[in-house]
Amino acid sequence: MFEFSSKTKQLAIALTVVGAILWIVGFAMNGSSSHEADHGHDAHATEQHAEAGHDAHGEEAHGDAHAQDSHETAHGDHDHAVHDDYPGEAHAAMIESALTHDAHAEHEAHQIANRPWSALYVAAIFFLGLGLGQLFFLGIQYVAQAGWSAGLLRVMEAQAFAIVIPLIFILIISFLGFGHIHHMFHWMVEGIDVPGHPNYDPIIAEKTGFLSPLFFSIRAIIYMVGWIWAAKMLRKNSLLSDTGDGVAMWKKNRGVAAAFTVFYAVTSSTSAWDFIMSIDTHWFSTLFGWYTFAGMFVSSFAALILITLYLKGKGLMEWVNENHLHDLGKFMFAFSVFWTYLWFSQFMLIWYADIPEEVTYYMQRFDQYKVPFFVMLVLNFLLPVLAVLSRPAKRVPGTVIMAAFFVLVGHYMDHYVMIMPGTVGDHYGFGLLELGAILFFAGMFIYVVLSSLAKAPLLHKNHPMITESKYFQQ
Amino acid sequence: MGHTKHNPIVRALFNDDDIVLDAVKDLRANGFSVNEVYSPFPIHGLDEAMGLKRTRLSTAAFFYGLVGLFFASWLTYYTMIVDWPQNIGGKPNAYWFVNMPSFVPIMFELTVFFAAHLMCWSYFAVNGLYPGAKAQNPDPRTTDDHFLMEVELEGDEAALTAKLQELGALEISKLEE
Repeated sequence: MFEFSSKTKQLAIALTVVGAILWIVGFAMNGSSSHEADHGHDAHATEQHAEAGHDAHGEEAHGDAHAQDSHETAHGDHDHAVHDDYPGEAHAAMIESALTHDAHAEHEAHQIANRPWSALYVAAIFFLGLGLGQLFFLGIQYVAQAGWSAGLLRVMEAQAFAIVIPLIFILIISFLGFGHIHHMFHWMVEGIDVPGHPNYDPIIAEKTGFLSPLFFSIRAIIYMVGWIWAAKMLRKNSLLSDTGDGVAMWKKNRGVAAAFTVFYAVTSSTSAWDFIMSIDTHWFSTLFGWYTFAGMFVSSFAALILITLYLKGKGLMEWVNENHLHDLGKFMFAFSVFWTYLWFSQFMLIWYADIPEEVTYYMQRFDQYKVPFFVMLVLNFLLPVLAVLSRPAKRVPGTVIMAAFFVLVGHYMDHYVMIMPGTVGDHYGFGLLELGAILFFAGMFIYVVLSSLAKAPLLHKNHPMITESKYFQQ
Repeated sequence: MGHTKHNPIVRALFNDDDIVLDAVKDLRANGFSVNEVYSPFPIHGLDEAMGLKRTRLSTAAFFYGLVGLFFASWLTYYTMIVDWPQNIGGKPNAYWFVNMPSFVPIMFELTVFFAAHLMCWSYFAVNGLYPGAKAQNPDPRTTDDHFLMEVELEGDEAALTAKLQELGALEISKLEE
């Protein structure tokens, strides 16, 4: 039985409080330093021109984009030499017909003002993934009637509860968007679907059937209810099995897991569209949902490995040995490759087809987010693959922990590169806001996971396959 | 498999994989050396119990894969950039690297192809498996439901036989070199 010591508890609370303070300080300071506002504009302009090959390609796409955009209101005078904005970017339509200095300044101000909320949002989505991936994996264990993992189920159950707090924050941040407190989601802007309104955007107007505040809220609440219901039911039956009939409770859980798996198959995609893809409102990708899911899944394995090894290091979970670690390492390795496969499938088709409304997404990331974009690829694919490719490496805690660390950092950056370009443009950075948001959610994640781990024995008593798990051999 | 055998070999036949596994552990713990076990299916943990060295095939596979990767890079570079530059979909074809994303599927496939094929052929070569190779199976029942263990006889034959019988061997025979 794991005991959540008061020292660890204080550490978790301290992380949350320090994170909140850093974020608030960052919020107060945000935009006040003028270098932030100036950051990058000139630098990026020169950078763009320095790369002859790329630039020619880029200009071509821009030209096409404008030909295409001509049916839109009045993007005509949109001058790229002055403003390195992208047609597909969420805020593009805010720059209206005559791009006056005021409109430009307003747009920049919006982007700078978005940064605290985006920083919080990236961390919320990242920590949501750590819980959600394991909630799904927990469901899979029952649906697939897996025996090897029975000794790890309590950790997954605890991790699944970590979805609650990030979900609440995601909801709060989207509701603040409806109240125009921030402008992260361009489709939430007032009058976006009203012809003649200065904010009118005909492309987004077509999408308001799906992206309306009411429908969005209904969907978000459905995800929340469905996911939390599954986490609670799986946990409840698992606890009941300790005192009662293990087989009956296992069967009940299999039913819950089967229903949840079907529900999650749909909601994993739609939630990715809602929470992340709708930020770049003009842009869309059909495999975005799986791509997001793959990222969440692999980072949740990294977290599962770290939590399991932490518990093992405390002298608990002696039934978990290098065979279980090997399988967890394999899952992390496999899904890191799977994530790369989906990332590349999305990237290559868009790069190859070079259709203006699609390719803007990557052009902005290439031009403005070059460093995080490529570093993230190395962290998420190359390093984990090289670290845990061989069988012996997956059976040693050291290398697996290292790979898990790469994956966690890499997937934070992946979510960062998914969300930031559409909300803050080139006014990004890693400062008090981002660090504070990570610490804030990390503290709460640790608190939630460890306190629910402490509430029940770490090993199921009557799970029908617990013996199989103990004698599992790889 | 192709070991030079100085000592006579004792063969013991078993009819259960768990018994074989325990017998191997027991014999090795008592100082006997188990040369070989014939089984109709892979037994989990047997290689470890026999103290077999880890295969180097996977290391070879990694390098075979690298060879495939370099071959694919060279192939796309030579055919698509040098020998017959092709403009497909307006993609840049002046340098290999700027057009690299479109070659990734080829690089991936050839990496897998080289790793899989060369690993397979290496396995055959190392094990002397070629068309017409003579089966090295001492007892055909090990392809059905029996397990055969070869133990090197280093000392007292009676002691080993008694031990094997105690461990559950059904038949014991001695093979003179």
